[in-house]
Amino acid sequence: MQIVVDLTRCQGYAQCVFLAPDVFELHGEEGLLYATAVPDDQVERVRQAAAACPVQAILAGEGVSAGAR
Amino acid sequence: MPGDLQDGRIVIVGASLAGLRAAETLREEGFTGSLTVVGDEPHPPYDRPPLSKQVLLGKASADTTALPMRRDTDADWRLGVAATGLDPLEKRVMLADGESLPFDRLLIATGTRARPWPNPEEASLDGVFTLRTSDEAGGLAERLAAGPGRVLVIGAGFTGSEIASACRERGIEVTVAERGPAPLVGALGGTLSKLAAVMHRNHGVDLRCGVTVTTLRGDGNGRFTGADLSDGSRVDADVCVVALGAVRNVEWLAESGLAAGPRGVACDAGCRAFNMYGIVTDDVFVAGDVSRFPHPLFGYQMLSLEHWGNAVAQAEVAAHNMVSPGPLRRPHLAVPTFWSTQFGLNIKSVGVPTYSDHVVIAQGSLEARRLAVVYGFQGRVTAAVTVDMAKSLDYYKHLIETAAPFPPPLGSADRAIAADITIPSDVPDPSGLSHGPTVALTGHLPDRRLTVVQPTG
Ligand SMILES: Cc1cc2nc3c(=O)[nH]c(=O)nc-3n(C[C@H](O)[C@H](O)[C@H](O)COP(=O)(O)OP(=O)(O)OC[C@H]3O[C@@H](n4cnc5c(N)ncnc54)[C@H](O)[C@@H]3O)c2cc1C
Ligand code: SF4
Repeated sequence: MQIVVDLTRCQGYAQCVFLAPDVFELHGEEGLLYATAVPDDQVERVRQAAAACPVQAILAGEGVSAGAR
Repeated sequence: MPGDLQDGRIVIVGASLAGLRAAETLREEGFTGSLTVVGDEPHPPYDRPPLSKQVLLGKASADTTALPMRRDTDADWRLGVAATGLDPLEKRVMLADGESLPFDRLLIATGTRARPWPNPEEASLDGVFTLRTSDEAGGLAERLAAGPGRVLVIGAGFTGSEIASACRERGIEVTVAERGPAPLVGALGGTLSKLAAVMHRNHGVDLRCGVTVTTLRGDGNGRFTGADLSDGSRVDADVCVVALGAVRNVEWLAESGLAAGPRGVACDAGCRAFNMYGIVTDDVFVAGDVSRFPHPLFGYQMLSLEHWGNAVAQAEVAAHNMVSPGPLRRPHLAVPTFWSTQFGLNIKSVGVPTYSDHVVIAQGSLEARRLAVVYGFQGRVTAAVTVDMAKSLDYYKHLIETAAPFPPPLGSADRAIAADITIPSDVPDPSGLSHGPTVALTGHLPDRRLTVVQPTG
């Protein structure tokens, strides 16, 4: 699973950091860094984080596969 | 079926953020026709902001930033092949492999590329990089992981500053050379550029402002070894990152008759491209970094943005308008928003900071490294930048949208003592900077060629 966080929307509430600390981390006071490719054992936690984000900034899904139609 | 906007053939050129979001939106809006997305990079759409952050910090590898899809696009992804021309009369996009794709409606989303070092021989030295694509980021990340003695960054805009920040976080020595008086001055003006300079120096960056790099030196075997500066000094380094801003990918449109030039492809508020006479087309649309569009909040001047959020918002509007009849079309009026993380600070901007004459520090202070700076132009709020105060940004966005008076009225409990002391915004002429601005007001006309057109017969 791939994720992207809309950081124009993210307000650094850090709910995602509590729910999936192996994927999301705060860099400084409120800069969010995250693993763009989510390891399989973190998928469920990331889903919870995406649901909990107060500004719905986390988008999870699959990437376009090469040769897709 | 002609006339049915939900059917027919749509071609999108540019398979990145704007191209992908447009493809998804077309399907969301019920488009059932054929959809082809052409991209010259071999990779499926991926996200670029992590390339100068997570990837250079060694926290993610460059080939893992693929963008997630919101939904299945049921599109034909033609990756690794460039569009080389557009015939607007025959309605065809020509491809580098000799094929040509017929379309009923076209979306141009070809973005920008890194501005190369002007001397091609020096630019090809081993160890000299630009940073725009995942391949470039992968190559640079590999060099950083190998522990170079020193990295030279040319240009202290957002990208250059983020690269310097990542190097310092990894303990790598770094020199930053910037022609302007301070980092980020072209984007944020004088006040915040002072904070940026302090952040560079406090983190151990060897920051050289007011200088240009004149020559990149090699060791005779084609390896980069250092650079000469205009002040006569010399920097020895193993890696050089050229961060001189972006160039719009418009060359393939040179013969198309569209209003396409170095500042982008001009379009109207509904993302429809203008032709070179300033006449709006109805079957060619533009979105993302390659576009120039008029914005009512900034005097209806054409805006060029290199902002992630704009690519998303504009792609959605363009896609909606491509499948909607005139009266149901929407304008692209989103207020420009941008973020950057560097030296542990979260910098966010809303509005157009360069469209300003004065600023106030409305909350916090430079000393605290936590503040909100509000920008005004002729007595009206036009932009705000927060440093580690992202939660305040929506409030300032509202002030911009409602053309609130400047200096801004009392709004927050933690209003700074100096909140009504206005200081000149001190935005320099971009021609004196190393890096290009990521926001540019580019005047009112769709195309300068307009002025030379003579009426015939
Ligand atoms: C290192 C880096 C860090 C960034 N950080 C931030 C940030 O922190 N915040 C922020 O708001 N923005 C940031 N950005 C900017 C953001 O990534 C861009 O605004 C966004 O990528 C624009 O998307 P786009 O789809 O319009 O254009 P692009 O992403 O440039 O995509 C255009 C695509 O079209 C392809 N193409 C070009 N010409 C042709 C052709 N003739 N035929 C076929 N394909 C073609 C290109 O190869 C490219 O794949 C950053 C950008 C970079 C490079
Ligand atoms: S929960 Fe949402 S707003 Fe909060 S830090 Fe995470 S992404 Fe940002």
